[in-house]
Amino acid sequence: MAARYDRAITVFSPDGHLFQVEYAQEAVKKGSTAVGIRGKDIVVLGVEKKSVAKLQEERTVRKICALDEHVCMAFAGLTADARIVINRARVECQSHRLTVEDPVTVEYITRYIATLKQRYTQSNGRRPFGISALIVGFDYDGTPRLYQTDPSGTYHAWKANAIGRSAKTVREFLEKNYTEDAIAGDNDAIKLAIKALLEVVQSGGKNIELAVIRRNQPLKILESKEIETLVAEIEKEKEEEAEKKKQKKST
Amino acid sequence: MALFEVSGYKKYCELREQILPAGLTHLVDRPNHYNFGTKTREFAVPPGVDPSGFLRSCSQDGGVCIEMNHGTTTLAFKFKHGVIVAVDSRASAGNYLASKDANKVIEINSYLLGTMSGSAADCQHWERLLAKECRLYRLRNNQRISVAAASKLLSNMMLGYRGMGLSMGSMICGWDKQGPGLYYVDDNGTRLSGRMFSTGCGNSYAYGVVDSGYREDMTVEEAYELGRRGIAHATHRDAYSGGVVNMYHMREDGWIKVCKDDVSELIHHYRKGMF
Repeated sequence: MAARYDRAITVFSPDGHLFQVEYAQEAVKKGSTAVGIRGKDIVVLGVEKKSVAKLQEERTVRKICALDEHVCMAFAGLTADARIVINRARVECQSHRLTVEDPVTVEYITRYIATLKQRYTQSNGRRPFGISALIVGFDYDGTPRLYQTDPSGTYHAWKANAIGRSAKTVREFLEKNYTEDAIAGDNDAIKLAIKALLEVVQSGGKNIELAVIRRNQPLKILESKEIETLVAEIEKEKEEEAEKKKQKKST
Repeated sequence: MALFEVSGYKKYCELREQILPAGLTHLVDRPNHYNFGTKTREFAVPPGVDPSGFLRSCSQDGGVCIEMNHGTTTLAFKFKHGVIVAVDSRASAGNYLASKDANKVIEINSYLLGTMSGSAADCQHWERLLAKECRLYRLRNNQRISVAAASKLLSNMMLGYRGMGLSMGSMICGWDKQGPGLYYVDDNGTRLSGRMFSTGCGNSYAYGVVDSGYREDMTVEEAYELGRRGIAHATHRDAYSGGVVNMYHMREDGWIKVCKDDVSELIHHYRKGMF
């Protein structure tokens, strides 16, 4: 049945599916994991870094990109599609600054990206973008925001979310561990993001890339040394927890 | 031609159309940022017509000379307690008085006002279009449009038809997150932010009166009186201004209409003090 309705994007199947859009969502599930956390005074994006080939320069593969000084996004899915979307979003941010004389709100640029994606699910001769995006930033009134878009063109606001491979596992971890205490301080929010990624990433801190935006400050990509330090702290905390539990059991 | 559109390549004729929209008409439903969707060709110029060329031939000596009259006086100034907007109400068609009761202030919404001077048709149409865009902005973005953005939209609309004979001098006044705002926008695409503006052919008289009486720390009553005087004296000397003074006060919680005083009565009242 699916075979007859999945060639053209503009054709619904009898039971109401747009198969091309669903296949695009499958492409997203193949991409490397990205996680986003909205703290009180900080927003954090973490991605799983794919191991680079020996001769490849590491710097050219960036999955976290700034859209403007106060907004950035991470994606999961087809990197080439993401490049186009990011470029259009960057132009839109500047265009908005030119016409409205104000920086974009995170919701506005998310709506723009989602509208762009939806347009490509309803046109002849085009296929949907095969990416989901996590867009984070601060509005100019200081509120932190996290939004997620998907290939069908819908978007929602989240407190914390994950996309890509093993997104379900990470989201379950976040549902259990995202509490007001857990994100009380900036470092706590960063550690929560790292803990969430460590659930699914293979070899620890080396394969994690992290970026943060603090209120009124531009995007900062953490260096691998800082990540290693934080991972070491997390390991220590885990051991201390395990020790405490052992002692409780023995007494 | 999906690849063509997706790659962002623009044909020369498309680019040229954006500057001189005298080409084939086509509806663009994509919200175009540099003029927020007003590119829907409500006023497409038919192919073969060149308004700017026609206008040039009209202003040369020896040809038929069309003079654009800007019969009006409007003024607006910022002071400690907000913005005062005062306009006259005479609409003239050459030497004929079309109306003594024209409304030259468009109430875009409860915190934005636009004044009109120049061609009445141009002002009314474009400012109503601006009001539509402001309402759409509010619906789409869940917050009110800023005065800077509203005036930018109007000046972009003017720029789209630059050189084609539009005649409009307008002041966009409002109160937004940045406080009181006052912008002057005209048919050339000029857009200026300032503390005081006056437009129309009676503007020199109004400038004289307001400049000599203005103080930043005026009380509200003093500011009302200054606005009234500015328009009244301008209508007294300028043949193309008259009728009544329509005055608005833009405050933090929105505008209020202050008064609608007949200028002949005002002048009579001032004369008592003058001689």
